[in-house]
Amino acid sequence: MKLVLLVPLLPLVGVLINGLFGAKIRGRAHLVAVSASGLSCLVAFLVFFQAAGGRVLDWDLYSWLKVGDFRVPVGILVDPLSVVMMLVVTFVGFLIHVYSIGYMHDDRSYARFFTYLNLFMFSMLVLVLANNYLLMFLGWEGVGLCSYLLIGFWYEKKSAADAGKKAFIVNRIGDAGFLLGLFLIWSVFGSLKYSEVFKAVDPALGTGIYTAITLLLFVGAMGKSAQLPLYVWLPDAMEGPTPVSALIHAATMVTAGVYMVARSSPLFDLAPFSLEVVAWVGALTAVFSATIALVQNDIKRVVAYSTISQLGYMFLGAGAGAYASAIFHLGTHAFFKALLFLGAGSVIHSLHGEQDIRKMGGLWKAMPITAWTFLLASLANAGIFPLAGFWSKDEILFNTFKHGMTVPWLLGLIGAFLTAFYMFRLFFLVFAGRFRGGAHAAQHLHESPPNMAYPLVVLAFFSVTVGLVFGFPPDHGIYHRFVAPMFEAVHEAAGKAAHASLSSEVSMAGLSLTIALLGVLLAYQFYMKKPELPGLLANRMRGVYALLLNKYWVDELYQAIFVNFGKRVCAFLWGVDAGVVDGAVNRSSWLTVRLSFLSAWNDLKIVDGMVNSIADLIQGGSLNLRRLQTGIVQNYILAMSLGILGMLVLYLFVFR
Amino acid sequence: MNVLQFPILSLIAYLPLLGVFLILVLPKESKGGIRWSALAFTLASFAASLWLPAHFDASTPEMQFVEAFSWIPTIGVTYLFGLDGISLWLVMLTTFLSVIAVICSWESITMRLKEYYIFLLLLETGMLGVFFSLDFFLFYVFWEVMLVPMYFLIGVWGSERRLYSAIKFFLYTLFGSVIMLLGILAVYYYHGAQTGAYTFDVLRLMKVSYPSTPLFTLLGVPFSFQDLVWLSFFMSFAIKVPMFPFHTWLPDAHTDAPTAGSVILAGVLLKMGTYGFIRFNLPMFPEATKHFVPMMMTLSIIAIIYGAMVCMVQPDMKRLIAYSSVSHMGFITLGMFALNAQGIQGSIIQMVNHGLSTGALFLIVGLIYDRRHTRLISELGGLSKQMPIYATLFAIIMLSSMGLPGLNGFIGEFLILVGAFKVNYLWAAFAVSGIILGAAYMLWLYQRTMFGALENPKNAALHDLGPREMTTLVPIVIMCFWIGLYPSPFLSRMEASVNFILARIHQGQAATAQPPPSASSVRSLSPERSRRVEGVVPVAQRHPVAALPGEPSR
Repeated sequence: MKLVLLVPLLPLVGVLINGLFGAKIRGRAHLVAVSASGLSCLVAFLVFFQAAGGRVLDWDLYSWLKVGDFRVPVGILVDPLSVVMMLVVTFVGFLIHVYSIGYMHDDRSYARFFTYLNLFMFSMLVLVLANNYLLMFLGWEGVGLCSYLLIGFWYEKKSAADAGKKAFIVNRIGDAGFLLGLFLIWSVFGSLKYSEVFKAVDPALGTGIYTAITLLLFVGAMGKSAQLPLYVWLPDAMEGPTPVSALIHAATMVTAGVYMVARSSPLFDLAPFSLEVVAWVGALTAVFSATIALVQNDIKRVVAYSTISQLGYMFLGAGAGAYASAIFHLGTHAFFKALLFLGAGSVIHSLHGEQDIRKMGGLWKAMPITAWTFLLASLANAGIFPLAGFWSKDEILFNTFKHGMTVPWLLGLIGAFLTAFYMFRLFFLVFAGRFRGGAHAAQHLHESPPNMAYPLVVLAFFSVTVGLVFGFPPDHGIYHRFVAPMFEAVHEAAGKAAHASLSSEVSMAGLSLTIALLGVLLAYQFYMKKPELPGLLANRMRGVYALLLNKYWVDELYQAIFVNFGKRVCAFLWGVDAGVVDGAVNRSSWLTVRLSFLSAWNDLKIVDGMVNSIADLIQGGSLNLRRLQTGIVQNYILAMSLGILGMLVLYLFVFR
Repeated sequence: MNVLQFPILSLIAYLPLLGVFLILVLPKESKGGIRWSALAFTLASFAASLWLPAHFDASTPEMQFVEAFSWIPTIGVTYLFGLDGISLWLVMLTTFLSVIAVICSWESITMRLKEYYIFLLLLETGMLGVFFSLDFFLFYVFWEVMLVPMYFLIGVWGSERRLYSAIKFFLYTLFGSVIMLLGILAVYYYHGAQTGAYTFDVLRLMKVSYPSTPLFTLLGVPFSFQDLVWLSFFMSFAIKVPMFPFHTWLPDAHTDAPTAGSVILAGVLLKMGTYGFIRFNLPMFPEATKHFVPMMMTLSIIAIIYGAMVCMVQPDMKRLIAYSSVSHMGFITLGMFALNAQGIQGSIIQMVNHGLSTGALFLIVGLIYDRRHTRLISELGGLSKQMPIYATLFAIIMLSSMGLPGLNGFIGEFLILVGAFKVNYLWAAFAVSGIILGAAYMLWLYQRTMFGALENPKNAALHDLGPREMTTLVPIVIMCFWIGLYPSPFLSRMEASVNFILARIHQGQAATAQPPPSASSVRSLSPERSRRVEGVVPVAQRHPVAALPGEPSR
């Protein structure tokens, strides 16, 4: 069981080798990276077989931070939840590594790409295997960093660099909430280790504290898993290479928020208000981004908005207390969404970088493998029976309904309809009909090489089967028997209150299936039967169309408020700093200099002036007195005579 | 704890001074000789300092490796050096960064080489002296000694406005120190009047509790003797840190200092301020410290947010990093005045982290300045392609500065925030917003310099880092990872000292503080020491200096 340590360590070894010697290895970088992720996946399966019997490993490797009463270890937790996550991450990760060999083979920075990809695997595995919140946060930030590096992989393109930065900063906003949540957890429970925190969970503390903790944590999840209102970074993240979009921005990293909420289920369970918030945010996001996906023309953006929407479903499930179903959807979604992205990548590869679906069409003939697998993924994403997405999405909707959340459930149904529609709009526009990309591009159309095609086939196989094999019967399949005991408390609470019969479950599934089929049919009507219809409709409802096409202008709004206005505030503050704060310093020095001049003048003119004027006075007096000393006897006699005369006058006339 | 033991601290502190004497006799023309001897002596000092953590006893808050000699007995001045868990890592940081400062100046300084290295080495001795000194007189001497070489480094080897910046730095800091001198004298005379012993020995001065009864009220705030002395120290340290609103000398000094000057300035000199707070303000004036917590927190939070926001719009890389220092130092004071174990230990480790990462950021700017002779962000762009190694190292340092988990900055910031949150969750909430801003300005800086197309033809021929340049950055990067992944060796050695300070603060001057276990043995060594005067705190029986001859007459 302790083998599990190798699961994150192998990719780390790959990072070190490719990171330090990448310049020398160059074209063979994939040998290191792919075998690292492959072995890691193998070990993950070994661990899974050991853990399948319900064994749990909570293993502290060493003490990471220990200050006063604050202690956090670096440690690993292997339980059903982390095992499921670990399998999804390593398996999908490995397939995408293989796919990348073909996709990236003529890129200048081949080794750098695989270094980042391995670093991502390492961080993501730390995230899911950590046995405490702080180490999870390390992985959490680590995957964020890799996301930043890989979105901006082609950093010479300004839009790519911008998108990377945007992703990081928006995620940081979420992280701020997450961090505050961690502080609160620690100050309430005195630990950040899951086992200790959940043991200390006590309803007697009141719902207020749990609501505060869980809402703060959920802010983090909103950032990482691209939920309203922090979703804006994910569509831009499509600037990264397509394998990255598949791995990080569809299958694994963006689901970390869902994992974190499920991991924290003992806390969320005591905060009904937070669960309500989670469900509402999820449902609204699911519908909101599905509407945007209806009209986008960039193949990757459509899939990206679909990802946001599906993440919304996962939160809807978690919010309804159906954590197991949320994680189940996370797993099935990882397969079909990765497949959609890799299929999109295969198309883009074949069209030499073209991403506009208006310049595609009729690719079915040229690339049958891509087309078939894409079709299966679309069906899975649309929730068509019996593919993977059907089982997991249906479970979520059913649990939401059972939980009495009627409006979010309705939103979920609307979302299901929209999902089916935009998925098949995309499929028909890309693969059906005639090619619209010009004669030159038409000649170069080709199916992707085997190392790109095989991963598609493998993923397609799982996209079809995973739901039925692991998820049947709903809520009681193999998967649920493995994972659900972890969330037992909820099931008791919710399950007993409204134990639904099998018939209601089947009718519910029938309802959502019908709705999804309607969506597919409508798309068929719009894009196959009457291709002029969409244009007409867009003209008829020009305002709505513009609103959706421009993604509700949310990006523009954020840009105006947070970036432009923010920069102006910063510039203003700089002015204050230079003018007022430093101005005070400079002015006081100016004043000192002036005062110095004043005192110098005072010293010179007044203080010294007095000294000098006394001297002058004496000197001047003496000079005048000196004149008396003429040395001529006649003068003296004259003076004496005048003196005597004067005295006589005084004596005789004045003082008489 | 033996006075007669090998004077390791003096050796570390004066090795650079020895180097100064050697360089003085070297001929001006022997540039290689000057460089190599500067390197040899800083390296020797660093090597000697490695002995300290290895032999440091983490279990005691007492001063270790103490050297005590009577110096000017008539006024109670002792030559007193000592080391505890607080100064240990700052000393290591100083010797470490001094080596790097010498290496990074290797080729970029060509003018007046001899004088340059003399000042650099003098500066190192001054800084180490400040951290080792446990006598106010000695401390003040080193404190001022440190200013002079820095003044010349900026004023002679700096860039455009070097004279303005050098004078501003010198006068601003001097202004603070003079006010601190008043405080030192106040403490000196108060202690003398209370106990009859006039001494500058910090540890003995610390045993007296200074009156905290209000003397007068100004604008509704009562001020006691402790408060006033606290404020006098505050003036000096707040300018040095620098705290808002005393920070404006910093961007100027940094912008115009040569690279090594900036590295030392950011890496070590700023820490003098926070070190001063924790060494003097906290344990000597616990009541006043608690009195001023709201003020300190407010100023810290303003510094964090305001510094980061001003940072955002700087066109000059060095000025940007200087403002980021204001923001980061705000975190350090925030943690310190949370007055709990997490906050204070976080702030000490963050002092080291900031020294490493901001020091490295200045190196990074310096490397570009050496090549392009500009610091303007707008002149750069797209450098990643030309300089991949440089770009990688820059990225790691940037992430460390942003506090990414796994790197050192996170450990410090996280502990500080935990500490602050424990006291008041609003403080932590405000400070956390600084983390968001920190990511924004750093990533934007990185994008504008490293990413994008290489448009400026002047950047097309830039060569990547050479081996000498790598030697300046790689050791710092290794330290960043070490502290980030396994901080225990660092944290465990400061724990006892921090707990001691906490005990002083939270138990105040009450005699309830328990003397550390070894106090009795110390006392038996020095019988006259155990004589207790009213108000003397027994807990601080920590070093045997009193047994010296030449004790000032009572």
